[in-house]
Amino acid sequence: MESGKEKPAYTEACGIIELDPEDIKKLGVWRNTNVRVTSEFGSVIVKAIEATQGPHPGLGWIPMGPWANQIICPKTYSTGMPTFKGTPVTVEVANDEQVLGSIELVTLACRSE
Amino acid sequence: MGKIVTDVVCPFCGTLCDDLEVKLSDDGKEILEVYNACAIGATKFLHSQASDRLLRPRMQQDDGTWKEVSYDEAVEYTARILADAKKPLMYGWSSTSCEAQEVGAGIGEMVGAVMDNTATVCHGPSLIALQDVGMPSCTLGEIKNRADRVLFWGCNPVHAHPRHMSRYSIFPRGFFTGKGSKSRKVIVVDPRCTDSSKMADVHLQIQQGHDYELLDALRVAFKGKELPDVVAGIPKEKIYEAAETLKSGRFSVIFFGMGVTHSLGKNHNIDEAIAVTRDLNDYTKAAIMPMRGHYNVTGSGQVWGWQFGFPFCLDLSRGFARYNPGETSSNDLLRRDEVDAVFVLGSDPGAHFPISSVKKIAKLPSVCIDPHITPTSAVCKLHVPVAFVGIEVGGCAYRMDNVPIETRKVIDPPEGVLTDEEFLSRVSDRVKELKGV
Repeated sequence: MESGKEKPAYTEACGIIELDPEDIKKLGVWRNTNVRVTSEFGSVIVKAIEATQGPHPGLGWIPMGPWANQIICPKTYSTGMPTFKGTPVTVEVANDEQVLGSIELVTLACRSE
Repeated sequence: MGKIVTDVVCPFCGTLCDDLEVKLSDDGKEILEVYNACAIGATKFLHSQASDRLLRPRMQQDDGTWKEVSYDEAVEYTARILADAKKPLMYGWSSTSCEAQEVGAGIGEMVGAVMDNTATVCHGPSLIALQDVGMPSCTLGEIKNRADRVLFWGCNPVHAHPRHMSRYSIFPRGFFTGKGSKSRKVIVVDPRCTDSSKMADVHLQIQQGHDYELLDALRVAFKGKELPDVVAGIPKEKIYEAAETLKSGRFSVIFFGMGVTHSLGKNHNIDEAIAVTRDLNDYTKAAIMPMRGHYNVTGSGQVWGWQFGFPFCLDLSRGFARYNPGETSSNDLLRRDEVDAVFVLGSDPGAHFPISSVKKIAKLPSVCIDPHITPTSAVCKLHVPVAFVGIEVGGCAYRMDNVPIETRKVIDPPEGVLTDEEFLSRVSDRVKELKGV
């Protein structure tokens, strides 16, 4: 975070989803494969890793950053605060797709409009 | 041999550690090592020395490439977009000094801006709750010396405030807490088994988004009334036990973080947490404190508090200060296309706002003032690199418990790089000319 958000270390730290070992089994993937996470609000490719701070079956965790912000609920319910947590998502295997770096991810999303 | 600078203040998180030692090269121009800091704080100091650091402002061209411009041109562009806009958004302010925040607020007043800080995606709901019901709080020093019951709710200090536990909340031996961690009972409430929960005596693995229910259940348990068998995924026996632990202490303190403010319920969750604290005061001494993130987000609330009366979501567009989160908050304004220019200083909305808001920033005249290359600087039209506050320039910052601490300058900024305050002062002068103020 403080060593440069344009660097690969940021992608490795935040371009991930931590899933419970049970959920990884259910998904039928190896650890560290790329997955597509989709919510009502968007979709993003991240790397699925085994929960480092688990167990928490049924709960996926993407660290705060541009990857999570592709899919979280932007509604603020008149508080100014988007609903960053508790967004229902589906996770599917996306072996052939790449996790984008933070700068690329955000600029591509902005240009696609 | 090198020179050691002592008592350096760390400009990373709201814990604002003030005991760092920084080793400089013989000529005093380079930081070699950082002692006493956490990994994140040390990285911030060392990253300021990066060889690929941006040293001059740059403008984004139509094809997405960047062209280097002078600081004069950067001042001119910034002053023009602010002066020409009907309702510019001036966002960020959390990673800079109170002095720079003060100059920035002056500009905001002249151009009729909406000023917002990172609390809007952090502890904004806590501020709303504080205004609704008040907040019994204390300083971190009191916690170190007195607190024997510590509750972390929806926060993970091991990763977010790494030295918080060793300096204040779990391990230090204080005046009345001579046995350090042995004299404290620690409870963590979190839907995940976090590295913080592993250090706790009790971990309540709450069902995500059910904070209000569990807080309410604690209040019921304090009064010894009947609870349903399970609340928010926690069996009632554990709730009674946690309530008893909190009641039996000499000084209980609740720290809360993004787990509560980001989940549904938002400010109402904090209302209830404050009510828990208030109830606890019937049995023992209790206090509550938000785990503020950026090292000076508290300061920007303080500065705007004394200047305008409101800590965030500050709308100056009508010539007087208005405050209405939900209407005058950054994400709501961006989503509703209600601002026509964006100015960002010391923050990274490109990474931390929902992508729908970031897309709006990318379409507007925009400037990002930040020493780092970030997703925000990548989508803004102008990127102005500045000196690191707390490393290359001093300035006042407020710790999470609202204690002001003067940060120290350790080394000179690279030649020709302006500080936040210098850049803003020049923008302010130019805006005065343009507006004829």
